[in-house]
Amino acid sequence: MDASALIAVLQDAVPGAQFEAAPSIDLQTTMYVTADALPAVAQALRDRGDLGFTLLAELTAVDLWPTEPRFELVYIVVSPANRLRLRLKVRLNAEGAHVATVTGIWPGANWLEREVWDMFGIVFDGHPDPRRLLMPEDWDGYPLRKDYPVQIRKTPVATEALQVTAEEFRQNVERDRLTRT
Amino acid sequence: MPDIRTETMTVNMGPQHPSTHGVLRLVLELDGETVRSCAPTIGYLHTGIEKTAEQKKWQQVIPLVERMDYLSAQSNSMAFCLSVEKLLGLEIPERVTNIRLLIAELQRINSHLVWLGTHGMEVGAVSVMLYCFRERELLLNINEMLAGFRMFPSYMRVGGLREDLPRGFHSAVTAFLDRFGPKLDEYEDLLTQNNIYQKRTQGVGVISRDDALAYGLVGPIARAAGVDYDVRRHFPYLGYETYDFAVPTQTAGDVYARYKVRVAEMRESMKICRQALQRIAPAGAYAIDDPRITPPPKDRVYTEMEALIQHFLIYSQGFTVPRGEAYVPVEGPRGEQGFYVVSDGTNRPWRVKSRAPSLLACQALERMIVGGLIADVIAVIGSIDVVMGDVDR
Repeated sequence: MDASALIAVLQDAVPGAQFEAAPSIDLQTTMYVTADALPAVAQALRDRGDLGFTLLAELTAVDLWPTEPRFELVYIVVSPANRLRLRLKVRLNAEGAHVATVTGIWPGANWLEREVWDMFGIVFDGHPDPRRLLMPEDWDGYPLRKDYPVQIRKTPVATEALQVTAEEFRQNVERDRLTRT
Repeated sequence: MPDIRTETMTVNMGPQHPSTHGVLRLVLELDGETVRSCAPTIGYLHTGIEKTAEQKKWQQVIPLVERMDYLSAQSNSMAFCLSVEKLLGLEIPERVTNIRLLIAELQRINSHLVWLGTHGMEVGAVSVMLYCFRERELLLNINEMLAGFRMFPSYMRVGGLREDLPRGFHSAVTAFLDRFGPKLDEYEDLLTQNNIYQKRTQGVGVISRDDALAYGLVGPIARAAGVDYDVRRHFPYLGYETYDFAVPTQTAGDVYARYKVRVAEMRESMKICRQALQRIAPAGAYAIDDPRITPPPKDRVYTEMEALIQHFLIYSQGFTVPRGEAYVPVEGPRGEQGFYVVSDGTNRPWRVKSRAPSLLACQALERMIVGGLIADVIAVIGSIDVVMGDVDR
């Protein structure tokens, strides 16, 4: 199914959404969709029987800095039943980049969206667990952004092991024993 | 009799637990021996390979991606090369394609052997580990023969292979295949009908067909749950459509089903290897004939001026890749993997993203562990075959 045929089906399922076909040199049919139409389009992609994109294979982002719109979100979805692959892309502006989550449609998107937030600082509205995934919780900045420097030295924030004296240790053991009985 | 006060206990499993296959940390909430909740924490092995790749030239990325999923190094580099070749629009000679396919299948056996060995050991069958590593040694020897490097050969190159097959390659692979078939029966004798092994794995870590799809699980885990999806069959690459092989599936979705699927896959891989060996001529083209991409052979570099210049240009400046994006999925040992590469038309990638099947498998761990016993946690982690290098990248 090429992009125009797919767009015709989706336009029928989600009236009012704007699609734009994009060139593709690999297996993936490629198209752009606007950020506000994404949840409805994702729902249609998964649930319509003639599409059946039940597998979200990949979710990532590309930083096109310094051009604007700066970010491109890339969703690669697969329909094992109909042997279709689609690359759905969403353009986002640099200023306050945010998009609705698709975790309700493909639960596997949870960690993938967390990774994109972690690496690019793109906010997923309504995400059930919006924390960093790979970098430490207190990390500053978004490493895969193009304006994030590559060779920098950061003073490590040391997390020392908790030190207790022998006396405190005995007290803790005693307290634990008391709470258990 | 006074009321017995009960409370749940929080146990930190990892990141240095030997059975977590690396640095996976699970925060488990236990009610007696039952797991009430499970929170996987990852990132301990994050090395920023994707960021590093953006600073390297295209051909310099190959050793990097081999170190992501370190049990399927050649599968990674092949996936990366296929994506870049798609961007370049290259026509790869058929002999190279067949060699790549053969190496990818040997890599699958290699990875599954490590999986079977470590998984067997974790559920108490230590002898399986020793046997599996014995046969894996032969595969590592074949790697050494190919490229002089056992774990990360970097034998795949954009446009083909690094050099031609070494002398004696065919007989080495044939010797391995002849030996491996009976050995595989031996492993199965140890496990398949083994009552202890069955009790330990059947009905453990079950994931349903719908859940497997929803969580983006692919490869042996999904096929054990009844998802009939294999990239080699659904979206053929490297000419897999011309090979005769089956895609084994099971329906139970438990640890035992995953074991059955992987063992059956090793048998299918052997079949594919034999077919591929017949198609590969002992000598011939090992890369495309394109002076921009393929470096000249060393003997010409030492004797001819033009070859020296060409060699120097490729290794100092690399080659440029046309603007665009490509993602070629391949069926790695852990399921669909591939590299989404974006080029801005220069000699360095703009973005390299690895699709990591282990990351999604790790995410679905919670689904498989909660409600089970703590003793089964280790069996389940082993069965999904996570490679932390692939999870954290």
